Amino acid sequence: MSQLHELSLTELRGLLTAKKTSPTEIIDAIASRVDAVDPSIRAYVYFDPASAKKQAAKVDLSLPLGGIPVAIKDVINVKGDQCCCASKILDGYTAPYDATSIRALRSAGAIPLGRTNMDEFAMGSSTENSAFQITRNPWDTTRIPGGSSGGSAAVVAAREAVAALGSDTGGSIRQPAALCGIVGLKPTYGRVSRYGLVAFASSLDQIGPMTRTVEDAALIFKAIAGHDEADSTSLNTPVEDPLPLLRTGINGLRVGLPKEYFIKGIEPGVEKAVRDAIKQLESLGAEIHEISLPHTEFAVATYYIIATAEASANLARFDGVRYGHRTNQADSLIEMYGRTREEGFGPEVKRRIILGTYVLSSGYYDAYYLRAQKVRTLIRRDFIKAFEEVDVIACPTTPGTAFKLGEKTNDPLQMYLADIFTIAANLAGICGLSLPCGFSEDSGSRLPVGLQLLGAPLDEAMLLRTAYAYEQATGWHKETPAL
Amino acid sequence: METGAVTLAQPARKFWILRNSPNNRPMLDSTINVRHLAHLARLNLTEEETVAFESQLGQVLNYVKTLELLDVSGVEPTAHAAPVFNVFREDEIRESFSESEALANAPRKANDLFIVTKVVE
Repeated sequence: MSQLHELSLTELRGLLTAKKTSPTEIIDAIASRVDAVDPSIRAYVYFDPASAKKQAAKVDLSLPLGGIPVAIKDVINVKGDQCCCASKILDGYTAPYDATSIRALRSAGAIPLGRTNMDEFAMGSSTENSAFQITRNPWDTTRIPGGSSGGSAAVVAAREAVAALGSDTGGSIRQPAALCGIVGLKPTYGRVSRYGLVAFASSLDQIGPMTRTVEDAALIFKAIAGHDEADSTSLNTPVEDPLPLLRTGINGLRVGLPKEYFIKGIEPGVEKAVRDAIKQLESLGAEIHEISLPHTEFAVATYYIIATAEASANLARFDGVRYGHRTNQADSLIEMYGRTREEGFGPEVKRRIILGTYVLSSGYYDAYYLRAQKVRTLIRRDFIKAFEEVDVIACPTTPGTAFKLGEKTNDPLQMYLADIFTIAANLAGICGLSLPCGFSEDSGSRLPVGLQLLGAPLDEAMLLRTAYAYEQATGWHKETPAL
Repeated sequence: METGAVTLAQPARKFWILRNSPNNRPMLDSTINVRHLAHLARLNLTEEETVAFESQLGQVLNYVKTLELLDVSGVEPTAHAAPVFNVFREDEIRESFSESEALANAPRKANDLFIVTKVVE
């Protein structure tokens, strides 16, 4: 029989309801696994199984996630735990409240366990921008796990967590999910409350599940989705239960292949795995249509204007007064702000604050920010039009597999281009999912490839159903890294 | 082109040619006054950071100029993609943080207040 840490959320729920295991046993199994493998992966920045076991004693096992520990990205507030966004400027910060998504997990019976590493303030694509530690890809520890939710992806892939929450501003759930060979869902903008998620780019950020299987993702999505009056952009729309639809198959499903996502420069192994996955969808009854999303090539540029503009405003709150780090070398208030922020922020965060300040500054606002917001409209229209013809869009999640640690750290633009296939979904506010679709060989390493499925606003159930049909027909999710 | 790099818009390719030119100096048609922006953002930078950011952000700005290729006349801007606007709650008193909770993470505090550096003479 498999050990507890190897089982999916759904499998563990089965054992729990049959009284064949207990939440405490599961937490102990996870803790042993963390002791065994995290010294080489370094994906947790905080891990306190004793506190989780105390919560486990009171948990109601009849709830949908009853007794399941869930790892949380270090950007989401969990009352009483650190929430540092992998930044020195929040060193020592203890969350005074639960994010709405955490409250929802608890209401469903789940137990938050451990904070996962990330790029500082979720800015990055490799988790190398963490101020705390470098996280390694469980499939090849000389490579990056992706980012910014690299810690959440790595703990799920390395079987150091049953499931995790991540956040996705330009691909930060889907890209690391693809590079670590797991499932990652970015819900429609407004689906999951952002209250208690430390803001990076408020019009793009969205919390979502990172799991071993599609069914696990559906269970967590169902628990955290829904209206919240504490988030003024939260959608007051009923959430369709994705679970009854999972097994209904995809016969007659219209799948769109955007020609702009199959371009020169994609790694051949990635393209082959994705093309094979599309053939598989076809053999399951889907109709394949070529479509066009003509403004795709402008998404990265649009994103780096809008996201940095919003970040420069959001990060103004870190001023050394109310929380976090404060310099001890300043005589005036303005010098206190300047030095506190100099000492607290890392290089990528500083770069983005400067760029965001520039695109919003007098004389440049219309040329950059306003223009980018207009291009954003064009990108959104592309998708709305496409979803009149197809039910789901299928494409690669990333142009390549996990790259080597340090490979792109000195070239911000190349790092930004790692997200070219994921960014448009955030700009358009639609939902997206990445799931394992095979492996590609690179320099002797066998590395996971992700298939990205994009869905119309509020159509997470369609994404999950499509993903489930593919997953059950292929079984890539059963492959585990050798650790 | 390097492994893993992806072909994008025409200007991106042009950018590649520029970056890989023999003297390897990016041709900046956008200058960015990092020192001034750092002051606006209340963010002190070292001399090395200032110089590095000028070059790196110049390259990024060169890249984002691809947006100039598009005709956006008559297009409404999108601020966010959620179809909700002007959301208000009832104007009623609700429970919120106590003074001690609100001050729990303050780097300096006294008498239920945040302490800041002197602002007035």
